[in-house]
Amino acid sequence: MTAAAYPNTWRPPAFFGSRRRQRLVITGFVLYFVWSIFDLNVDVERVLAGLSRALDIFARMVPPDFARWELLLTGMAESLQMALAATLAGVLLSVPLGLAAARNLAPRPLYLAARGFIVLGRTLHEIIIAIFFVKLFGFGPVAGLLTLAFASGIFLGKMLAEDIENTRLGPVEAVRATGAGFGQTVVYSIVPQVLARTVGVIIYRLDANVRHSTVIGIVGAGGIGQTLSASFSRYDYDFSLAILLCIIALVALGEWFSDWVRRKLR
Amino acid sequence: MEGLEAESRRATAVGPRPLLTVEALTKVYPGGQRALDDVTLAVERPEVVAIIGSSGAGKSTLIRCINRLVEPTAGHIRLGELDLVGLSRRELRRARRRIGMIFQEFNLVERLTVMENVLSGRLGSVGFFASLVRRFPPQDITGAYGLLDRVGLAGYQDTRADALSGGQRQRVGIARALMQNPDLLLVDEPTASLDPKTARQIMRLIRELATERHRPALVNIHDVALAQAFSDRVIGLKSGQVVFDGPPTALTPAVLTDIYGEEDWSQTIRRSDDDEAPP
Ligand SMILES: Nc1ncnc2c1ncn2[C@@H]1O[C@H](COP(=O)(O)OP(=O)(O)OP(=O)(O)O)[C@@H](O)[C@H]1O
Ligand SMILES: [Mg+2]
Repeated sequence: MTAAAYPNTWRPPAFFGSRRRQRLVITGFVLYFVWSIFDLNVDVERVLAGLSRALDIFARMVPPDFARWELLLTGMAESLQMALAATLAGVLLSVPLGLAAARNLAPRPLYLAARGFIVLGRTLHEIIIAIFFVKLFGFGPVAGLLTLAFASGIFLGKMLAEDIENTRLGPVEAVRATGAGFGQTVVYSIVPQVLARTVGVIIYRLDANVRHSTVIGIVGAGGIGQTLSASFSRYDYDFSLAILLCIIALVALGEWFSDWVRRKLR
Repeated sequence: MEGLEAESRRATAVGPRPLLTVEALTKVYPGGQRALDDVTLAVERPEVVAIIGSSGAGKSTLIRCINRLVEPTAGHIRLGELDLVGLSRRELRRARRRIGMIFQEFNLVERLTVMENVLSGRLGSVGFFASLVRRFPPQDITGAYGLLDRVGLAGYQDTRADALSGGQRQRVGIARALMQNPDLLLVDEPTASLDPKTARQIMRLIRELATERHRPALVNIHDVALAQAFSDRVIGLKSGQVVFDGPPTALTPAVLTDIYGEEDWSQTIRRSDDDEAPP
């Protein structure tokens, strides 16, 4: 066999058709990025001024002021309760939603309605829902709780629906063939297939809710976030730092707990 | 076990169990494939009926129409007096309890224990909440232990189904189907995922159980030699039509050519001096 007959160079095929077009596309993107930075008037002076202000605020933050620990504790407890209750309510909402949004289980019209609801719900960020609920139910944790419950229900429902769609059909058919009713078929063939993952997802969502609960307070939906927002607007920076430290501790704790549970499940 | 035996004694006392008739059964899938074309057959005795035919002949469709996992397009399916076509959901559930099914892929629920898989054969007769909390009647539990022993899996009740071998899984699948104390067994390629030795053991078990309980079994099977060894009757399907219906001894090369197409069949057909005559 003569080696000369074959080429001795090889390049991976170009992603955008030809190599020339690829170079053009990449150059275009880079230019667009540079242009957008200029277009946004990223003013160097303003950035520098902001930095020096940050130093100033930071200086006024230390040392953190834990004197009003009662207020702090109330806020934290409220956030935590909000997260827990919202996760529970979300789970309750997600079960019917997930069943309805599973293509292999629900009749077509119900499936489409449920999917539509999920898509619509997910386009709205928690903060937007929170603003809306604060308008409806006034300032405080009720609005926060409802926000997180709604968002969790939609998130968990979507995950559940996708897990149900990925279950093996064979066992489902086998259980149905014994004459089992719909509920029994779900309990005996679908639940065992999705349970472990679903519990993992719920724990993950609980952890996410702890984080979210600290944020949505900023728009007035209760919890430690509301306390934080208030302290900022009163230039109470040393108290703000105390709150921030507590939030970090709470979120870290939530994450550690969620990791621990999910490791146990595996 | 006692309950089941008592019931089968009662059944024989009352008279023969209602058996199966299929009349002019036709199935056209939404895609337009005519999987079954005017199939008529009757099972009048508790016998093992092997259904053979090449891939796509409609074997699975026939079996799955009988318990209506597949909705027939036209025709009638009678289990005793009851026409299974046109039953309401509730009536269908009641009828399905009387039909046990065994699958090629076993179709066990892998994360459940062997016991839960076997007991799921009783779901049609147990209320929702009782089944949710796994509270089955004592006679069902006794029956399940008995069946596990019978299929050779005594002591495996707490093992998770995903920890079993293929042959063991099929034994659980058989126990689950028999747990229904069915009037009829439907079996779709029970051995296609198993090695030859295990395949024979499983076929023998199915045959013995059908005989012990005086129940007919319809068995889809690819392996002609297995079909001959373990059936009382063979039905040949081709393009959705019955092209052969007779005893296994009548399977000649000419018949097999009719069912499967031209091929050298001399090695396939079971010689009379073969091992293991049906029990
Ligand atoms: N769900 C379905 N939708 C559309 N067509 C189908 C469906 N199931 C089966 N068919 C078609 O019906 C015909 C019969 O299929 P069936 O599964 O009954 O054959 P089979 O004899 O069991 O074959 P095999 O030996 O491969 O299992 C085939 O042409 C197949 O393509
Ligand atoms: Mg098949």
